Amino acid sequence: MRIEGKAAFEEAVRKAREEAASRRLEVLVCCGTGCLANGSQKVAEALAAEADRRGLSASVGLFTKKTGCHGFCERGPLVVIQPSGTLYTRVKPENAGEILDKAVSGDGAVTRLLYRDPATKKPVEKYDEVPFYKNQTRVAMRNIGKVDPADIRDALAHGAYRGLVRALFDLSPEEVIAEVEKAGLRGRGGAGFPTARKWKAARKAPGEPKFVLCNGDEGDPGAFKDRSIMEGDPHSVLEGMVIGAYAVGAHEGYIYVRDEYPLAVVHLTLAMEQARRWGLLGKNILGSGFDFDIRISRGGGAFVCGESSALMRSIEGKTGEPRQKYVHATDKGLFDCPTVLNNVETWADVGAILDRGGEWFASMGTAKSKGTKAFSLVGKVKNTGLIELPMGTTLRHIIYDIGGGILGDRPFKAVQTGGPSGGCVPEALLDLPVDYEKLTEAGSMMGSGGMIVMDDRTCMVDVARYFLGFLIEESCGKCTPCREGLKQMKVLFDDLVAGRGRPGDIERIERLAEGMQLGSLCELGKSAPNPVLSTLRYFRHEYEAHIERKACPAGICRDLTAYEIVAEACNGCGACAKACPADAITGEKKALHVIHQGKCISCGACFTVCPSDAIRFFPKAERPEAASGGLP
Amino acid sequence: MISLSVNGKTVRVPEGTRLLDAIRGAGFDVTTLCDHPALEPWGGCRLCLVDVTRKEWDGWCKMVVSCMFPAEDGLVVLTDTERVQRTRRVVADLLLARCPDTPLVQKVAARLGVERTSYAPNPEPTDCILCALCTRVCDHIGVSAIASVNRGAGREIAPPFHDAPPDCIGCLACAEICPTSCIPYETSDGSRTIWGKTFEMLRCTRCGRAHVTKEEARHFAARTGVPESYFDLCDACKREDMAKQFTRLSEGARTSP
Repeated sequence: MRIEGKAAFEEAVRKAREEAASRRLEVLVCCGTGCLANGSQKVAEALAAEADRRGLSASVGLFTKKTGCHGFCERGPLVVIQPSGTLYTRVKPENAGEILDKAVSGDGAVTRLLYRDPATKKPVEKYDEVPFYKNQTRVAMRNIGKVDPADIRDALAHGAYRGLVRALFDLSPEEVIAEVEKAGLRGRGGAGFPTARKWKAARKAPGEPKFVLCNGDEGDPGAFKDRSIMEGDPHSVLEGMVIGAYAVGAHEGYIYVRDEYPLAVVHLTLAMEQARRWGLLGKNILGSGFDFDIRISRGGGAFVCGESSALMRSIEGKTGEPRQKYVHATDKGLFDCPTVLNNVETWADVGAILDRGGEWFASMGTAKSKGTKAFSLVGKVKNTGLIELPMGTTLRHIIYDIGGGILGDRPFKAVQTGGPSGGCVPEALLDLPVDYEKLTEAGSMMGSGGMIVMDDRTCMVDVARYFLGFLIEESCGKCTPCREGLKQMKVLFDDLVAGRGRPGDIERIERLAEGMQLGSLCELGKSAPNPVLSTLRYFRHEYEAHIERKACPAGICRDLTAYEIVAEACNGCGACAKACPADAITGEKKALHVIHQGKCISCGACFTVCPSDAIRFFPKAERPEAASGGLP
Repeated sequence: MISLSVNGKTVRVPEGTRLLDAIRGAGFDVTTLCDHPALEPWGGCRLCLVDVTRKEWDGWCKMVVSCMFPAEDGLVVLTDTERVQRTRRVVADLLLARCPDTPLVQKVAARLGVERTSYAPNPEPTDCILCALCTRVCDHIGVSAIASVNRGAGREIAPPFHDAPPDCIGCLACAEICPTSCIPYETSDGSRTIWGKTFEMLRCTRCGRAHVTKEEARHFAARTGVPESYFDLCDACKREDMAKQFTRLSEGARTSP
């Protein structure tokens, strides 16, 4: 099974392709973590059992396959029939029979299970006609959802390791670096450091051994692109790392995966075993004489371990805390040896770049940000899921064309990018082309590709406070400005949302934010004030409202907000009373309902469910007598 | 030797000197809390921040902790720019909020211009500034009985699981290095208690003073290669012996022809 040489590789690929072609009909079941949580394991089993019972593999060459994340998590579990490209959404195990009927007959589809365009209400049958998919360009995620991550032959049939073969047999290490440089590839972990420059520095750095690391510690709230890549196409990560190791002259590597990603660990481990058996990893790779092997290092799930120096310390077996470095990791990284650390997505891009050429990659994107970028699109958007687009795509295109717009067609308010180190981009900047520089200029950052869409029912003070809460838990606590600064910042924000804000608080917040930015040891602390500063930059009036009027303009901060029912609009449907968790709403059917202020906990559940917009919120401070229960 | 400028004054230092020492060598004062000459620099307290720049940087400044930044030839160091002072004050202010009653923190904060904290004072005041000198010295002597536990705001120094630390040798290095003296210990005749662990002491075979824990003697004998009998005498008695020896030698030198 071990492949030696270029010709043998071509032969192995030919065989894998033949085998793939013999599967004339494929039923691809998404088994990414999102769909699994929605029960796709049972769907896959039901489809496989039904196909087995009917003997479909022998009669019509139909095979079922469990793949990685298809991306359209909102609609999972997802099933795709190939080659027709029919996409089924929200599939249940009991749908197996009808899906197979249609797949075998080739006559139409189970219309009930197709995606419906929310605008036209018409079913869309083909995978690549669904706007969510139609508007994407996939490079790092090229094979996710198509291949069985547990089968290296399937990966080979889909083009895996072609870039590696070119690198090992046709290019010198310097030429590999030149190809990556031509591609203009920059770090997909979010900082955007030019990958080729990093590799060059590590190649030049004196000292042995050298290490190549993969950062799979993705920890931003709402981000899951790296998980999906590791789960759905682990070979793309391995291939990139072998190429990188060849380029810098490393023979050992680690993939650092957070322990909350068990499926990623399983698939990576399996892929590594298979790659070793096939001669694609380990000693004398493909008979080229180049040795490189990878170990998996499982992190404990500390957000700070995504920081380069903390990650390396964690691999070394020490406490995962950042170290002040005035030396680059490419000179002194893991075990003080020259080290290249790249993000999962960066590694996944490398194989495609070597296979298709740097120029091809650089033909996509903007002047300084080349290629494509994966995003986890979440929040108040209709189509949540995993997407990949050319750099420079506008936020509007992402949110409205791919994301399908805001849930419930409510007004858009802001999109948070870059996780806890990022910021909120307001509506005025919706036409911003997404690339490293533009996001930074807007006071946010690319980060690891989390995109959290927020509607008008979002209080920006509360959002900033949420990220502070996250960071307080995740700061390692080593340096004073980050540890104590976050604690004090949270105190200030707790006061704001509780109506205890004082004049001068905004200035106090800004002063503390600057101290943390300048004084903190690592990027976690330095960037921790970003969510605060970006919301202050675009939504200062909300802060002022909280302080001066003790009002939350979005009606989210409970201590400041009261609800009432507008008599003229209420049709007495009772939805609000049913939704109220505090039993604070009463009323006869088809008659006006009332909120009992003394019992109301200002959760807003009634507001969300009311079909006739009869619930109104108002600042408690403006009508204290109404809010305190003086009125019914 | 390399040469750099500190607040306009040119200093020459050997390559490999850290900025903090170069600055102090030039006669300027920099406040530190987590730095100690016996230990590797750590960069945690963030009080020794300074601005550095170079001619070719076109006015761009970088703020670094001088305890860890290596002195470089041609570097221009500014220890008291407006923004350095501002940032240090925020750090001191935050520390004072954490340790409002701690004399050392009060003194350091006052020196940097913070008389009263502008933040919410710690509801559970502590004297621990989390400088990690204790855990670092414990690591340094090869014991590692205590460590920082928990993350972020919940960070504290503790033995494993808050139990009496099995690896502790009772040497008191942690308590003695602590700049705010906040690691309590007790000594009574022949025993010593720290971190909830009580140690039996060895007595000096001459003066009878309890001078070292059994564990300490064993640890340092194993680590340095001296026989355990080295700890038979206490330091004072050893010094006395040494002094006698020197006296004998010098008298011998005087009387010999």
